[in-house]
Amino acid sequence: MADLTPLIAEAQQDFANCHDVTALENAKAKYLGKSGALTEALKGLGKLSAEERPAAGAAINVVKQSVEQALNARRDSILAAEQAKQLASESIDVTLPARAQAAGGLHPVTLTLRRVEELFHSIGFSVANGPEIETDFYNFTALNIPDNHPARAMHDTFYVDNGTDSMEHVLRTHTSPVQVHYMETNTPPLKIIAPGRVYRVDSDATHSPMFHQVEGLWVDEQISFANLKGVVQDFLQKFFERDDLTVRFRPSFFPFTEPSAEMDMSWNGGWLEIGGCGMVHPEVLKHVNIDSEKYRGFAFGLGVERLAMLRYGVNDLRHFFNNDLRFLQQFIK
Amino acid sequence: MQFSEQWLRSMVNPALDTAQLGHALTMAGLEVEDLTAVAPAFQRIVVAEILETAKHPGADRLQVCKVNVGGEVLQIVCGASNARAGLKAPCALVGAELPGISIKQAKVRGIESFGMMCSAKELGIAAEASGLLELPADAPVGQDIREYLDLNDHTYTLKLTPNRADCLSILGIARDVVAMTGAPIQVPAIQAAVVNSNQSKAVNVTASEACPAYYGRVVEGVNAQAPTPDWMIRRLERSGIRSISALVDITNYVLLELGQPLHAFDLNLLQGDIQVRFARAGEKLSLLNDTEVTLKADDLVIADSNGAVALAGIMGGKPTSVTDKTHSIFLESAFFTPDTLAGKARRLGLSTDSSYRFERGVDFGNTSQALERATALVLEICGGSAGPITSATAQLPERKQVSLRYERLISVLGIEISAAQVGQLLTQLGFVFSESNGVFKVSAPSFRFDIAREEDLIEEVARLHGYEHIPALTPVASQGMLAAPEAKRSHDRLRDVMVQQGYQEVITYSFVDAAWERDLYANHQPIALKNPIASNLSVMRSGLWGGLLDTLSYNLNRQQSRAMLFELGSRYLRQAQGYTETLVLSGLCYGNVLPEQWGSAARQFDFYDAKAHVEALFANTVRFVSELHPALHPGQSARIYMGDKAVGWLGKLHPQWQQQYQLTQACFLFEIDVAAIQTKQVPVYQEVSKFLPVRRDLAMVVDQNISAQAMIEAIIAEQIPQLQTVKLFDVYQGKGVPENKKSLAFLVLMQDTAKTMVDEEVDTILSQILKNWSSNFSAVLR
Repeated sequence: MADLTPLIAEAQQDFANCHDVTALENAKAKYLGKSGALTEALKGLGKLSAEERPAAGAAINVVKQSVEQALNARRDSILAAEQAKQLASESIDVTLPARAQAAGGLHPVTLTLRRVEELFHSIGFSVANGPEIETDFYNFTALNIPDNHPARAMHDTFYVDNGTDSMEHVLRTHTSPVQVHYMETNTPPLKIIAPGRVYRVDSDATHSPMFHQVEGLWVDEQISFANLKGVVQDFLQKFFERDDLTVRFRPSFFPFTEPSAEMDMSWNGGWLEIGGCGMVHPEVLKHVNIDSEKYRGFAFGLGVERLAMLRYGVNDLRHFFNNDLRFLQQFIK
Repeated sequence: MQFSEQWLRSMVNPALDTAQLGHALTMAGLEVEDLTAVAPAFQRIVVAEILETAKHPGADRLQVCKVNVGGEVLQIVCGASNARAGLKAPCALVGAELPGISIKQAKVRGIESFGMMCSAKELGIAAEASGLLELPADAPVGQDIREYLDLNDHTYTLKLTPNRADCLSILGIARDVVAMTGAPIQVPAIQAAVVNSNQSKAVNVTASEACPAYYGRVVEGVNAQAPTPDWMIRRLERSGIRSISALVDITNYVLLELGQPLHAFDLNLLQGDIQVRFARAGEKLSLLNDTEVTLKADDLVIADSNGAVALAGIMGGKPTSVTDKTHSIFLESAFFTPDTLAGKARRLGLSTDSSYRFERGVDFGNTSQALERATALVLEICGGSAGPITSATAQLPERKQVSLRYERLISVLGIEISAAQVGQLLTQLGFVFSESNGVFKVSAPSFRFDIAREEDLIEEVARLHGYEHIPALTPVASQGMLAAPEAKRSHDRLRDVMVQQGYQEVITYSFVDAAWERDLYANHQPIALKNPIASNLSVMRSGLWGGLLDTLSYNLNRQQSRAMLFELGSRYLRQAQGYTETLVLSGLCYGNVLPEQWGSAARQFDFYDAKAHVEALFANTVRFVSELHPALHPGQSARIYMGDKAVGWLGKLHPQWQQQYQLTQACFLFEIDVAAIQTKQVPVYQEVSKFLPVRRDLAMVVDQNISAQAMIEAIIAEQIPQLQTVKLFDVYQGKGVPENKKSLAFLVLMQDTAKTMVDEEVDTILSQILKNWSSNFSAVLR
């Protein structure tokens, strides 16, 4: 029987000359096809004697395996090259801009309120709401500001016209009436903040006829004026992310708190007024049937736009309500 | 309350400089709003006398003056027209620094000049001046002008809170400075005037509850034209009060000094006795400010036998007022109760220094003393003889004892302070008290109207202890977790849904133009404000679209070409009783769906884009029903229903308003009740079928006006257990479909949880569907 070993090198050479799968399959036929050299050799085994047959068969199989191995290797190589070519043809400019909707965003007042709510929520404050068209009673009387009290002159109040002389309904001048609504329907201990729109008849570079306040109220058995200072200072430090911030209280007067204070915050070497606060006045508690001997509380009111201006460096209050997209879009990310 | 530092320091002079004193006042609750120096910080300006003048040889308007500046005579060139020999005026010597000018020895048009004669404006003590500041003939030549004009002074302006009426005078502020610093007080000595006239007026107070103390006296033979002394003019001016005449100035001076409003009548113009009574309704009175008021029965007046002569505690009457010709006066010092005056001045539009004080509370313990003080000043400045005081007094306000529990004080304030310190602070405040078992029984003085309960005293102790010394302490309290209902989505969550779809949040005013309400909401009777800030902000909005459209216009005018805007806010509605407010989320989209970009063809927003934005907000199933809205295009307007409840609107802005708002492209609007989009269901697990679903597609030809939603709802109403989904996936009109018809292609998904569905079952369901559609919608399988 002839030595088939040279067929291996011959097949390897033939396969190497093939550059696509079809050519390779054609080349394969010469060795492994129906009348390929190795197939023919195997057919010839029958002509050999029983003694010669095993050795000759083994020799043919060794060669066949080598040829098949060469075929597979070449096939893998061709397929890999084809895939690489395909991938190369599919490459794109990944630096092109994404196909996208323009980003939306929240108003900076909302961002600020959200931050305020999250911080107070973290120490157990709930959010409470109340009407913006208030009655005189809730906006003033229940807050210990009776008719003709000089403190009413401190509020430039919008009155709602019902077609008569009635001054019964007003646009709330502060968020403090929410305290009263809440205390009427809930029993102590109470911990709320009440964010929302408030209205004053005032419009210039530093006043808007509509703005936002957030009212805070904590009523419990052992709440003190020092606690009020502690909570407000903690809030401001966390809100502005500055541990060095301190709060200064100055004596002031609000009919619905006593003692009352203006709150100043240390800022760039000076003091900035940021709101009013105090211990809830016993008359207010009396209006809502809370025993002022057993319970007491503190309340504070912060100007939301003021916080937003300081936080984000906004220099003009009017930006907040012009809603210029070039302004608003600065707060998107 | 504005006042001169020197005036205050004449009563109490603590070891604090001007700024420190201001800080102390602020920290004691008397907020210093403004602090200004009376004059700039110049030096080397003296009283000088012009000895002689000569025309400048080289300039018509200039004079060459010989000026005595005390000790030497200088040659000074001066351009002021009032420069004349014998005039005394301030002279800035060489080396002086004035605002914007350094005085040097100089040649003026060739003539040496050794200083500058000054006007009030050049000294920085007046805004305008015409010529040199003329000083009195007795001004001492050579004296430093700061000293002579008492210019080393400041004016403080306090922003006083309504409870601190006691600080509406120099005396009151001085008392508080004493309380806060412990410095001694020096009150002006007040002695009863020597009575050397027997002229008097009887006083008859019928409204004694409103006026429990009335003192009056005649001073006859006064010189109403006597000049007011300079020191008094200065103190008045630095307190913001213009000098008028000596008699008026004196009453104003005592008002500022002691806080007691006074009034001087021309005695000869009063007829008969003085009465203090309530006005007769309709009674008229001509006031000092040249207005005439018609009085009401609760207005308190001072009257003579002819009628009202003054509005008590507010303003005197014109006919009986003092004038240059006055020879004798009737001086009044009275106490009118705050309750009587409350609101009166505001009602009449007449807030005066007097009414401002009376309605907050005037010291009723000082009424007669103030009259003596004024008398003494009248006699000193205008001469005359004082008559005896006539008075009518009744029950003055009581100062009840207020208890202050030491323990309560400590726990309310959260400070450490000893009982002895508390007593010391109360003493400094001039409060009378006794203490036993940790309880202080305190009586407030007559000048304090704000001490009626324990908290008032706690506040006073805190104030003097110093608010800045109150520690910042974190409260200790029990804390349960807060409720967080899973079936209610927060406002923040809804806002985030909008933002993720590309919407920008805006915040617009709650009050809007009445025209927006009329046009967009057909609201012809909006909730109006009595006192709007502007006519285009005069009514409360019943919807948010006006504000959104206005914001759109504002931005289109600033080179924006597309916008997606939303606002979450209240709308305000009138009810039979009062008003209601409901929160709505409103949105607007305008322009191209996407910003200009390479990868997507430009396309404008349409109804279905906006509908997708709306549907993204709902966690519950909603239906869109074609209904009309005044703001919306009649053919592209849908009302949104959740169950039977209408919860919002969606549609295209009516072309009429699109034109009116000058919008070149279509604008889509929606407005949804927030409560509806807040609700969601807590998920409940349903068995997942192990068997494959069967899908069949049905293309149905129907009339053009048939609603696909109605067809789907009709099938859902059949409640076929195996039916999972009926969904529209194609709409076709054109070749193969008759005119005025459309082809709707639905996919139907069916599934059984227990077994694989066989063809017969599927066919039964499909025929049930086809039968329904055929009978209800005349639908034909295509």
